[in-house]
Amino acid sequence: MSTEHTKPSDMSAIRKPTPHESAHKHVAGSAPYVDDLPQPDQLLHAYVGFSSIAHGRLTRLGLDKVRAFPGVRALICAADIPGPNEISPIQAGDERILVTDTVEFLGQPLFAVAADNRDIARRAARLADVSYEALPAILDIEAALAEESYVLEPHTMCRGDSARALTDAPHRVRGELRLGGQDHFYLEGQVSLAIPQEDGDLLICTSSQHPTEIQEAIAHALDRPSNAVTVEVRRMGGAFGGKETQAAQWAVIAALLAEKIGRPVKIRLDRDDDMISTGKRHDFLIRYDVGFNDTGLIEGIEFMQAARCGMSADLSGPIADRAMFHCDNAYYLPNVKVESFRCKTNTVSNTAFRGFGGPQGMMGIERVMDAIAAHLKFDPLQVRKTNFYGRKERNITHYHMTVEDNVIHELVSELERSSEYELRRNQARDFNRQSPVIKRGIALTPVKFGISFTTTFLNQAGALVHIYRDGSIHLNHGGTEMGQGLMTKVAQVVADEFQVNLDRVKVTATNTGKVPNTTATAASAGSDMNGMAARAACTTLRERLTTFAAEHYEVVAEEIRFFDNRVKLGPNELSFAGLVMQAWLGRVSLSATGYYKTPKIFYDRERARGRPFLYFAYGAAVSEVELDTLTGESRIMRVDLLHDVGRSLNPAVDMGQIEGGFIQGAGWLTTEELWWNEDGRLDTHAPSTYKIPTCGDVPEIFNALIWNKGRNAEATIHRSKAVGEPPLMLAISVHSALLQAVAAARESAVLPALDSPATAETLLNCIQESR
Amino acid sequence: MRDKLRFILNGRLEEIEECPPTETVLDFLRDRKKLVGTKEGCAEGDCGACTVVIAESINGCLRYSAVNSCILFLPTLDGKQLTTVEDLQQAEGELHPVQQAMVEQHGSQCGFCTPGFVMSLFGMFHDRYDHKTSRAYIDANLAGNLCRCTGYAPIVRAARQSLNDPDADRFKQDETEVQNQLSGLQSDEMLNIGSEGMQFFAPTSVAQLCSTLEANPGATIVAGATDVGLWVTKQLQQLNTLIYTGKVLELLAIEQDDNTSQLSIGAAVTYTEALPFMLEAYPDFEEVLTRLGAVQVRNAGTIGGNIANGSPIADMPPALIALGAQLVLASSAGERAIDLEKFFVAYGQQDLRHGECVARVLVPLPEKGQHFRTYKVSKRIEQDISAVCGAFSISLRDGKVTTARVCYGGMAATPKRATRCENLLLHNAWNEQTIEKAMNAMDEDFSPITDMRASAGYRMSVARNLLKRFYLETSEQDFSVRLSRSHEDPEQASRP
Repeated sequence: MSTEHTKPSDMSAIRKPTPHESAHKHVAGSAPYVDDLPQPDQLLHAYVGFSSIAHGRLTRLGLDKVRAFPGVRALICAADIPGPNEISPIQAGDERILVTDTVEFLGQPLFAVAADNRDIARRAARLADVSYEALPAILDIEAALAEESYVLEPHTMCRGDSARALTDAPHRVRGELRLGGQDHFYLEGQVSLAIPQEDGDLLICTSSQHPTEIQEAIAHALDRPSNAVTVEVRRMGGAFGGKETQAAQWAVIAALLAEKIGRPVKIRLDRDDDMISTGKRHDFLIRYDVGFNDTGLIEGIEFMQAARCGMSADLSGPIADRAMFHCDNAYYLPNVKVESFRCKTNTVSNTAFRGFGGPQGMMGIERVMDAIAAHLKFDPLQVRKTNFYGRKERNITHYHMTVEDNVIHELVSELERSSEYELRRNQARDFNRQSPVIKRGIALTPVKFGISFTTTFLNQAGALVHIYRDGSIHLNHGGTEMGQGLMTKVAQVVADEFQVNLDRVKVTATNTGKVPNTTATAASAGSDMNGMAARAACTTLRERLTTFAAEHYEVVAEEIRFFDNRVKLGPNELSFAGLVMQAWLGRVSLSATGYYKTPKIFYDRERARGRPFLYFAYGAAVSEVELDTLTGESRIMRVDLLHDVGRSLNPAVDMGQIEGGFIQGAGWLTTEELWWNEDGRLDTHAPSTYKIPTCGDVPEIFNALIWNKGRNAEATIHRSKAVGEPPLMLAISVHSALLQAVAAARESAVLPALDSPATAETLLNCIQESR
Repeated sequence: MRDKLRFILNGRLEEIEECPPTETVLDFLRDRKKLVGTKEGCAEGDCGACTVVIAESINGCLRYSAVNSCILFLPTLDGKQLTTVEDLQQAEGELHPVQQAMVEQHGSQCGFCTPGFVMSLFGMFHDRYDHKTSRAYIDANLAGNLCRCTGYAPIVRAARQSLNDPDADRFKQDETEVQNQLSGLQSDEMLNIGSEGMQFFAPTSVAQLCSTLEANPGATIVAGATDVGLWVTKQLQQLNTLIYTGKVLELLAIEQDDNTSQLSIGAAVTYTEALPFMLEAYPDFEEVLTRLGAVQVRNAGTIGGNIANGSPIADMPPALIALGAQLVLASSAGERAIDLEKFFVAYGQQDLRHGECVARVLVPLPEKGQHFRTYKVSKRIEQDISAVCGAFSISLRDGKVTTARVCYGGMAATPKRATRCENLLLHNAWNEQTIEKAMNAMDEDFSPITDMRASAGYRMSVARNLLKRFYLETSEQDFSVRLSRSHEDPEQASRP
């Protein structure tokens, strides 16, 4: 039976803007990350030798000079791997730990070396004598499409008769949009420490969103059972999807070397190598063809989405699927066809990144909204509102799920008012009339983002809660902390369950030995799933304590209540710790596991039908930008965000996700440009060349608000909503505002074909296009 | 000659007798001292996770500077105080006000960049400046710290909360004592320290510098190491002999000579030190000087280094060339002065003879009727390397151009003047027709390259349009030609 706390008491730990559980340690520099852990005795440092071409047969891998370099202690190449040389997260069989015979991207690991210190290992790794027989490389989406080079089969979703609707519609517009990828730029790079244990077992301390996957990848590579490997993750210095599958390779390499030499081995990638050799957000080519009536209402639409997946499947299947799921964003598409191509290229394999395809899917439909508005000379907001999903009708998605929790109308009207959208749109127009060089643009865009892993079986989580005899609580669950505040929120849930102070709950490192068989902390679902699993464990413990107390103190169970670090027993009460000690003396187990699986969801991918999401998270944003038409430089001047987090577990943590996600999204769409040269070498592989937002890019006026009417229609943990990914897509408003500014700068009435990222160069080209 | 490196680390004297000349401060802290609060984010001085604060006694007061420890060589700390995040807590284990504000404003999420931000804020806390809660100040001082989680807004709030009360920490109280300690570490003798045949020299006079250079022909001259540091951390170059200019008294001097109407800037003067002098002479330097690198880079990097390493994308040379600056080179044989533009011979090649070093740059002071602007265009506004940097200096008399110097970075293999363009400006009326012709001449002056920063086409367009911007800014116009910058007054903005 589910028991929902509707009105938590004042002392309850939930719904408070509690600081991050490690905030004090963060600012004091005393929160250890993997590279900060005390160095085990005999520690060696590993580094990797990388390929220097994008595609070719490896004809010679001469390692004599590497081996002979003073201080080198061990060396491995593909032939030294005891188990299968395979590291694909979906067992696609297309990704090597170390190259065997064919190099498939520039920067692919060829071999690894362990040495007395990291400097020696890095120097030695550069000394290999490598020859290749170069093969033609496919580097971009167009080339892959032309060659039908795919990592996975193309996939289609449709509903209705889009072809007919397009022909019959009074207006029809076609267009194309290119979206660049994005490097995660977690501040802590990839790092793993492998420490040999008895029986040749291994303990791995790593920075990964998916400890179980690391455990299994290592066991697999070493040809050992999973119980020989324990993986621990206390915290990551940022991840954003970049440590969901991408941490495994380096952990496996450290493990292989540690196993080989029987000493602890640490590997930490240099920033440049990290950026060259780990996957990124998928770049996309999107083509649209839309038919609509005189009011801008869409009658039929077709999308072609092509994703650059890189050299292997990795998570590209579900990412490209999510792009398809989100090609509607918040809009009802009556007749729709989406075709998706998962392009195989000789570039690093692209991977999960906050939004997981959703942002690219939404960019497509938001461009369509701007295109319709330009065609009809309407305010784009009007077109957006015209096409919103209905509440009772026009509410079935193109994958046949009914949108039951639609709040977009209300939320957008509220934001439209609070941001003074209409007034400022007029002001921007007036400004532009008298300003020939600097132009302004403003846009409001909505977000509707589906919550749950679309691969249904991944929606499960476990937790382990111990209560010690002094009443202190030890909390463990399968989720990992990457800065998102998951540990803080779950600890709040646990403290609330026992009605004790938050400081009584100790958050501990995620460890495969405590909670097994976990799924990645991803898809924004960390607190939804682990919060529920932890609550389930607490419920078990509370019931045990209640049963014990009822018997021991001879009160009816209904009169037992946990409150304010105490337990009320009918007319009497005692401290929480007091009851715990008595229960232990009464031989009650004070440790419990908890388990959760997301209800209601199912999906038939063959037929592209089902309910892949438990619910949707909503939000909307208004951005105003300024554009210099002489150089293409731009600035975001003001941003208003209104975001639905349901009933917030922790408004401070949620606000952090909203503001942070927005700025990260704005970076993706403006300054963060990945630039490969004609040989397939990534030339933007460090912060000197790859420009994520800095402090000055934060708008002068930045009004971010949590929607105070938010409440999850589904029975999630305390009716909260997932918040990790959705706010990133609020930044689409920035790109749309830039599009408006470019349009204002052009003499032509044609909608500018503004691609992403909208760098100064892209913007200037777009301005000059029509001149 | 001294053979012991001495500095104060978190209040305690460190004496080091042996260290490789290129050992970074970050490696020293993390590997040798096990002070792991300072993080490595990029090892190239661009993310700020490794920020530490150095204090020096200058003109009787302590000056605190945030610097990137990942590309700072340990021996350059000689005679200074180094403070890391581990030392910030107050006596009773209480957090420092900047740390406390970061907690209260939720300024950390993953926490990895946080120690760096805390140290930058600590540097700002001790900065003598009146408007420390303005966005402009905060942006300028935090541009060198990247955060990927928070979106900066809560960090800006933390800065505003904590930067109002510069007396409220124990460092302020200990200043006199620290100054005394530091003065005990100063010496006129040259420091020579090394390890396994590798050597670091810190001469204290130009004569000593030149003789050391002559005695060590393969030596690398290093000042702030904001570039040389990357040769070590990224290219893994083994630099066996380093000669450090940061202790050479003559090279640290800034002098304004009103007789010759020149500003003389020593080669070891940092951007930060030069800034007020440059701004006083040419207020328009602000854009380039506050966007060049970030505060950590400007606190370490020098004007001399920016010239001496010969980069075609350095931001100082175009402006200095447009102003007609001269470069003074020194060797044991004496000094010679050349036009700065002649120093840049070709890509990677400078007019620097054997045994010679850059001594100072001589910048002419403004003349009546002179108009000067310098513009930097890059992907990101703050802390980015220019795609194009343009500098323009003209003198007008009766509406006609009497002198014209136009110089660009990022347009050729060296910083280069647009001579054809200049010729079309000279002796002509300062009007749209002239500008149009001069803009078109740019095609003959330059054929830039395409790389990850910009395409050749974009560089050409921008080079042309910057001249147009210069014209618009120096003629009467009632519209803006630059993007709005942050308001100076913090009260005007709502949040953050």
